[in-house]
Amino acid sequence: MAEPMKIRARLQGDTADVRILMMHPMETGQRKNSKGDLIPAHFIKHVVVTHNGKTVLDAEWTQAISRNPFLGIRVKGAKAGDKIGVTWTDNKGDTRTDEVAVAAGS
Amino acid sequence: MNKVRRHFLKLTGGAGALTVAAASGLFASGAAFAANRNEAALTARGMQDVLKHLGVSNMTDSKDIAITAPDIAENGAVVPVAVASKIPNTESIAIVAEKNPSPLAATFDIMPGSDAYVSTRLKMGQTSDVRAIVKAGGKYFTAVKEVKVTVGGCG
Repeated sequence: MAEPMKIRARLQGDTADVRILMMHPMETGQRKNSKGDLIPAHFIKHVVVTHNGKTVLDAEWTQAISRNPFLGIRVKGAKAGDKIGVTWTDNKGDTRTDEVAVAAGS
Repeated sequence: MNKVRRHFLKLTGGAGALTVAAASGLFASGAAFAANRNEAALTARGMQDVLKHLGVSNMTDSKDIAITAPDIAENGAVVPVAVASKIPNTESIAIVAEKNPSPLAATFDIMPGSDAYVSTRLKMGQTSDVRAIVKAGGKYFTAVKEVKVTVGGCG
């Protein structure tokens, strides 16, 4: 099972500033290991972000997104305690979903 | 059934048909699992093909698209790029690193009512223009920013 994402969602007014760090090698398929063999491509292809179950962002990715991908978005009309869900699916069909509650702003 | 398991089972349900297709060589690129909606554009090798597969026949330069990225990226493997669109009814944002082997790095569909802002980190092989292509109200708009790369991030 893939490592959990780190998700922070903090209110700024009525918008949640959401920062997501996904743990994934995002291998391009062009790198070689120490034996000179190509390391197969292994990367997140699809990301969905939901706010209280409703999709707010649907992203399609390639190997050009950096290792341990970062995604920052802003969710409008959010309140403290609202649920932000993130799901990623990679080219091998592995998937991971994590969820956090929006934290009140400072 | 928990959500993750249900999602995974939904994916593997289609795997039978896909493995037959993969064996028959349909997925030559090795991406044997679910193809993205924009797969052709995401795997296209040059800007012209990217634009063709995205369905962009023409795009208008727009000052309402802000690209935040470093002038000089020390490490081409991790280049922070953020795109904010103030164009009303922004439906999607595509981020392109024009000199990458597959220039289209990612597409983001913004659901109605959501903020047209995304921030991520790209791999860039060399100094290149980073271009944002925004689809809004059925039309395409674009902005570009050059990012110099001192150490390339692809290999």
